[in-house]
Amino acid sequence: MSIWARHQALEKNSILLVIGILLVIAIGGIVEMTPLFYLKSTIEKVEGMRPYTPLELAGRNIYVREGCYLCHSQMIRTLRDEVERYGHYSLAAESMYDHPFQWGSKRTGPDLARVGAKYSDEWHVTHLADPRAIVPQSVMPGYPFLADTDLDFHDIAGHLKTNRAVGVPYSDEQVAHAAADLRAQANSDDANADDFLKRYPKANVRDFDGKAARITEMDALVAYLQMLGTLVDFKLYDDKADLR
Amino acid sequence: MTDVASRKTMTIGEAGLALIFGVTAFISLIGAAKAEDVAFAFHAYLAAAASCAAVFAILNHYYERSPALPPQEIGGKPNYHFGPVKLGVALAVFWGIAGFLVGLWAALELAWPVLNFDLPWFNFGRIRPLHTSAVIFAFGGNVLIATSFYVVQKTCRTRIAGELAPWFVVLGYNFFIVIAGTGYLLGVTQSKEYAEPEWYADLWLTIVWVVYLLVFLGTVIKRKEPHIFVANWFYLAFIVTIAVLHLGNNPALPVSVFGSKSYVAWSGVQDAMFQWWYGHNAVGFFLTAGFLAIMYYFIPKRAERPIYSYRLSIVHFWALIFLYIWAGPHHLHYTALPDWVQTLGMTFSIMLWMPSWGGMINGLMTLSGAWDKLRTDPVLRMLVVSVAFYGMSTFEGPMMSIKIVNSLSHYTDWTIGHVHSGALGWVGFVSFGALYCMVPWLWDRRQLYSLKLVNWHFWIATIGIVFYISAMWVSGILQGLMWRAYTSLGFLEYSFIESVEAMHPFYAIRALGGALFVVGALIMAYNLWMTVRHGEAVSAAAPVALQPAE
Repeated sequence: MSIWARHQALEKNSILLVIGILLVIAIGGIVEMTPLFYLKSTIEKVEGMRPYTPLELAGRNIYVREGCYLCHSQMIRTLRDEVERYGHYSLAAESMYDHPFQWGSKRTGPDLARVGAKYSDEWHVTHLADPRAIVPQSVMPGYPFLADTDLDFHDIAGHLKTNRAVGVPYSDEQVAHAAADLRAQANSDDANADDFLKRYPKANVRDFDGKAARITEMDALVAYLQMLGTLVDFKLYDDKADLR
Repeated sequence: MTDVASRKTMTIGEAGLALIFGVTAFISLIGAAKAEDVAFAFHAYLAAAASCAAVFAILNHYYERSPALPPQEIGGKPNYHFGPVKLGVALAVFWGIAGFLVGLWAALELAWPVLNFDLPWFNFGRIRPLHTSAVIFAFGGNVLIATSFYVVQKTCRTRIAGELAPWFVVLGYNFFIVIAGTGYLLGVTQSKEYAEPEWYADLWLTIVWVVYLLVFLGTVIKRKEPHIFVANWFYLAFIVTIAVLHLGNNPALPVSVFGSKSYVAWSGVQDAMFQWWYGHNAVGFFLTAGFLAIMYYFIPKRAERPIYSYRLSIVHFWALIFLYIWAGPHHLHYTALPDWVQTLGMTFSIMLWMPSWGGMINGLMTLSGAWDKLRTDPVLRMLVVSVAFYGMSTFEGPMMSIKIVNSLSHYTDWTIGHVHSGALGWVGFVSFGALYCMVPWLWDRRQLYSLKLVNWHFWIATIGIVFYISAMWVSGILQGLMWRAYTSLGFLEYSFIESVEAMHPFYAIRALGGALFVVGALIMAYNLWMTVRHGEAVSAAAPVALQPAE
């Protein structure tokens, strides 16, 4: 019996056909995805990486909400021009706490993987509200409403807990103090600022949006942007450690 | 006996569904009352309203129907159930135009950013997912559901499985679209491209999709033909695989069951791999396998020729679905994804060229002996040109997946151009062709209102596509070259913003191309409307001999 005749078994039995389809489509995904959960280069821990502070996490959620990833990548490829333009190529470890990842797929605007600490807070606040006030040729939308909207963080501890449930190592203490930590980061005079820095060493603590009285969405977003790509110290990172 | 027949009783489906929707309405109201955020409350109210409407519709249907359920056959011929198909066709046309218009708006925003109006709801970041979901899932999805329900009945020569279930699929799916679309405008997104809807929309879609699979499979199982027709293999692969992809990419934990925000289970590099395994196969199985099913039914039907090669379709089918799944990593070249996965993804993407062109050849060669019809039948021309576009973009895709090409093309407008040659040329045109075929068949019309208007649609849309994709080719390659250009002293030659500035004329041309495509779609909507309203009914005096499709 030829293979064409044998194939008739599938053409005449819908359940067999469905099983055949499931088997055939399962292979590629399994081969490509399973190793990523145990290969060293994809699960290595790199010095400096820490979970987002509550304020940064809230800012990241605004970044997601506004669809920033649709025009800005956060993934510097291993190409000469990218490394020179944006900085050290991105490591897998640098997005290990990113649920979901924000690598992006399009650069209508520049890559933001290492935008942290490149510009002043004031630059960001002005630029986000009216991009063309600073960069006349820009095609970025303006987000003036961020500076006028109070950040909603009534359930920020819940956000940390949910992140912990999907694998981000927040401690009990970090969850318990989430709201206090969020306030502390946005105000360097806050009584809890020192405690906050114990929980999140080297995090930026200051009033990001220039409005000391309020914690706005702008505070959160700028706090997030200013830490992007700054956690790993590449003077200390051993990029040969992964070679076999 | 007559007594039993005349007494009307509710079927288990009617009673059960009404009950389920009643409970859903109640739960939705609780959800609205306890909502953590405005968007969730809005969606909960929408769900409550839709559930109440569903209960009303089910009860009303029950009171108005005759005691006996519709027969499976009338006079020895299958009693096809085309109501849900007609609704799907109408919704496809509606969402198509809506989605194209939103796309046009997004294109204009990139050329003239003042059109973002500095408002949250209309900025590019929220509009763009609205556009992609509207065209892929709302337009494409309705085309796929409608054609699949049509084709599976015709090719199995049997009435579709279930009475309410097909309605549930069409209406439930479109409710998902409404939740997803309004969500984007309100800032509800999980930011996974083409899988942006949040956890509750995903759960709802899962239910709808399972019912879709059951209806489709149930119809195939009770077929009157010994063989399952080729188009149905592709529909089946599309339905089954989309279910797998949806479940694999979207597992997420909500912060609160009364809030819209969730965090996806995967993170970083694993999430990236899951996302593009999903993302590329949304292209492979939603936009390719599903629409290839349309090709395999509508081109032979319209050309009145059998499929060129049955054996080629067998090879095409298995090779395509096996190879496609591997191609995702080509979206992640030179990233933190391990090198071997990238190379594997590239290799399979290049191999994918073969089954893709095998399918194209099978579609085109079906016209053997009927090529003259291209001159006289603009609908067939649309279908055939769609296959030509399919061939073009399935050559371009493998080429762009080659790492060295991708280092230039990735992150640029070239990708956007590539996507649109597939989306506008292939998916769009094959859908338009199918709609032009189906509307007269479904509404019992002798022919379309005007073939001349189809001709206009064809040419205006084709010119639009050419504008669109050539503008994006030029801008994409220009961008890629500017980013990597060095001066003789070894410095980067251009700042990023200079590349942005250089894009402006191409963004304007792209918007013009998109506008032409919209005009074409409007012409189609008018033509289809006039066909339904004023078309000449198929004369009862001269019955057309019903022939099986194959």
